[in-house]
Amino acid sequence: MAAMLLETVGLCAFYGATQVLFGLDLKVAEGGVTTLLGANGAGKTTTLRAVSGMVHTTGDIRFRGQSLAGRATEDIARLGIAHVPQGRGTFVSQTVEENLQIGAMSRRDRAGISADIERAYGYFPRLKERRKQQAGTLSGGEQQMLALARALMLRPKLMLLDEPSFGLAPLIVRELFAILRTLNRAEKVSMLLVEQNASLALDLADRAYLIETGQLVMTGAAHDLRTDENVRRAYLGY
Amino acid sequence: MDLFLHQVLAGVATGSIYACLALAIVMIYQTINHLNFAQGEMAMFSTFIAWQLMQWGAPYWLAFAGTAAFSFAAGITIERVLFRPIHNAPVLSHVVVFIALFAILNSLAGFIWDYNVKSFPTPFGSRSLFGDGLMSSHDAGMMGVTLAMLVLVYVFFRHTRIGLAMRAAAANPQSARLSGIRVGWMIALGWGMAAAIGAVAGVMIAPVVFLDPNMMNSILVYGFAGAVVGGLTSPGGAVLGGFAVGVIENLAGTFIPYVGRELKLTIALFIIVVVLTVKPSGLFGRTVVTRV
Amino acid sequence: MKQPLKSDLMQAPAGTVAGLSIKTWSRAAVIAGVFLALLLPLAIKDFLVFQLTLALIYAVAILGLNLLTGFNGQFSLGHSAFYGIGAYTAAILMDQADVAYYWTLPAAGAACFIVGFLFGLPALRLEGLYLALATFALAIAMPQLLKSTPLEPWTGGVQGIVILKPDAPFGLPLNSDQWLYYFTILTAALMYAGAVNLARSRTGRAIMAIRDNPIAASAMGVDVALYKSLTFGVSALYTGVAGALGAIAVQFVAPDSFTFNLAIALFVGLVIGGVGSIPGTLLGGLFILFVPNIAEEVSKGLAQAVYGVILIAVIYLMPSGAAGFIRLIVGRIARSWT
Repeated sequence: MAAMLLETVGLCAFYGATQVLFGLDLKVAEGGVTTLLGANGAGKTTTLRAVSGMVHTTGDIRFRGQSLAGRATEDIARLGIAHVPQGRGTFVSQTVEENLQIGAMSRRDRAGISADIERAYGYFPRLKERRKQQAGTLSGGEQQMLALARALMLRPKLMLLDEPSFGLAPLIVRELFAILRTLNRAEKVSMLLVEQNASLALDLADRAYLIETGQLVMTGAAHDLRTDENVRRAYLGY
Repeated sequence: MDLFLHQVLAGVATGSIYACLALAIVMIYQTINHLNFAQGEMAMFSTFIAWQLMQWGAPYWLAFAGTAAFSFAAGITIERVLFRPIHNAPVLSHVVVFIALFAILNSLAGFIWDYNVKSFPTPFGSRSLFGDGLMSSHDAGMMGVTLAMLVLVYVFFRHTRIGLAMRAAAANPQSARLSGIRVGWMIALGWGMAAAIGAVAGVMIAPVVFLDPNMMNSILVYGFAGAVVGGLTSPGGAVLGGFAVGVIENLAGTFIPYVGRELKLTIALFIIVVVLTVKPSGLFGRTVVTRV
Repeated sequence: MKQPLKSDLMQAPAGTVAGLSIKTWSRAAVIAGVFLALLLPLAIKDFLVFQLTLALIYAVAILGLNLLTGFNGQFSLGHSAFYGIGAYTAAILMDQADVAYYWTLPAAGAACFIVGFLFGLPALRLEGLYLALATFALAIAMPQLLKSTPLEPWTGGVQGIVILKPDAPFGLPLNSDQWLYYFTILTAALMYAGAVNLARSRTGRAIMAIRDNPIAASAMGVDVALYKSLTFGVSALYTGVAGALGAIAVQFVAPDSFTFNLAIALFVGLVIGGVGSIPGTLLGGLFILFVPNIAEEVSKGLAQAVYGVILIAVIYLMPSGAAGFIRLIVGRIARSWT
């Protein structure tokens, strides 16, 4: 059985005095893609933010066996967890290339960074065309690609993806997910994918969790959830 | 016309003082998106330290370097000790801490070194250039130092990795953290740099206005005005703004009849406010377009 | 930096203590406070009565600033100017036109409303720090204008104007300090009632909406420009009336009483009391009157430094001001009680 890259045990999260996550037990296997599905406000984004140390949590979060509790967001990133946030998190005033350089800021190997920038351009040729352009002028789809590329610059073991398809045209989304698949297979990047587009997510993932108002209501292999009657009706629309 | 040009030149000379301080102010603003009201007092305190070092026998450039280094460390320390604990507090509460810092530094300086005005040496001599005593060699030296600092700041931000990290931390702290940047230390670094620049500004200004705990008060006003007029997003704009404020102040004092001299500061500020009404983000500031 | 919804500061926290709701306790506290305030002058020295009067006057001035900054989100470093205009209006009317002291208050209010509104009109284009600089310019300009030669016949130049404190009317057995204290309480009560009414009204909600999300407010039909300027005017009015009262209390106006230092003091009072909190302004007024004196008691030579340290300590303890802190404590007590 594959070792667990990321594991949460009894994860609870709080915004001030309000509790929003109630004891989640999540696993992401090494080399796997796990998707977290749910309606708006169910707690999907909060779960990712909890892993990145951006919200107050209780319970255990383990990455490669190490506990992430109490660590600062930047330290968690340096452990090899790249979080692509909702809204992309683009550095709008900086150029595309500067955005990539920022992504690699925690690394020291100059040659490696340059090589990785070229490799990012390989995955996203449109970004190469716009390398000197101000990132804020890019389209939504291009900014999403930039966010992905920036995350890759971290040379992450695990990517946390928060609704990568949000606000993008279907064609672009398809392209994006194809790249995600390649990244998972070729670059061996594990992923925890939060998505509202359940169909695409279940196609990409091997494991799926369903979350409703802060609690996990279903878990299983992605294939099984895909064919489940209730999931089909509630989340796949047929 | 002759008088006009002369006054412009004199204005540029005084303006270099404001430009120097405006640069320090913009530096901090770029890092933490707050105005540091205590900037002037920190610069004043640093200048006193330089003075004290020289009283103890240190040669000028050693005192200069030592003060800049000390100020750099002090700036970092103040940020980590004083401002880090309240980083979640509302903006206005931060402003009160700035005000408190101002009061503490001013009072301490007066207590340690008393309020008697002291003279402060200049390494540039005080020869009069262009005849007429409108600009001295010290003024020219001060301008040179300001421009040199500006170049260094520019190079630092545009062409170094850590400069990029600082810009990222200021632009989008959350995203920067997700990229592994230690945003807290970037902010502290910004403070350190601003404190060092402020120290240089103080050391350059003191020979002209003489050294006492209240020397920075009116200059701070002009410095802020220069920074804001230039647009707080641009170090170059801040320097130009500082010069502009010096020129405006001088012209207002000379050419507006009767009340010119009494209301110099008021008129200068008034003109600046008019500029801002026309161009709300300053002459060289970038208007950030926000999508609704 | 996430902050609590500012309208939260207007309401008492939910919960009960010893069987009575917190709302009931607050009302009881207010009534007790009013009783205390009314009986106090009869029991304490005249100088302390004078100081309390001044603290209440500052509280009203801070309330003016609060309307602008706390409720409308417009940053002002210039309220010392409005305080000064109010003060000089009162002084000039009393000294040169023999106007009775109570008429000077509405006059000061009206004058400041006009100036504030006119200043607010162009100022509404400015945001945050740029607005701060514009108001700062106003604060710096005021003493200089007051000293300037053309205005000297009215303002008395650097010397200022001396006026007399009024005696109690109807032959009441109070000295002038005590009378002024009750007069101030009456005026303040009216003004606070007005502020509370405003905050709870549709206009008040529009004003706060502009603070929280100007684009959304505008999209919902709020005339942002008009409201921002009006708020400036009303805010100036409040601080101006306070200034007039202040002039009468101190019996003297001079340009150097209305410098930027006063603007800073009002701002500090605002934050310490709690931005957006009406009752907090009372605490703010007390703070800026008494704490500098305390600081001087601790150390004559380092008075300012001590004051600065106290400020820092207070902010560390109560980052959102006293009002928010008290709410927190009361909320905790209520929770531990149930």
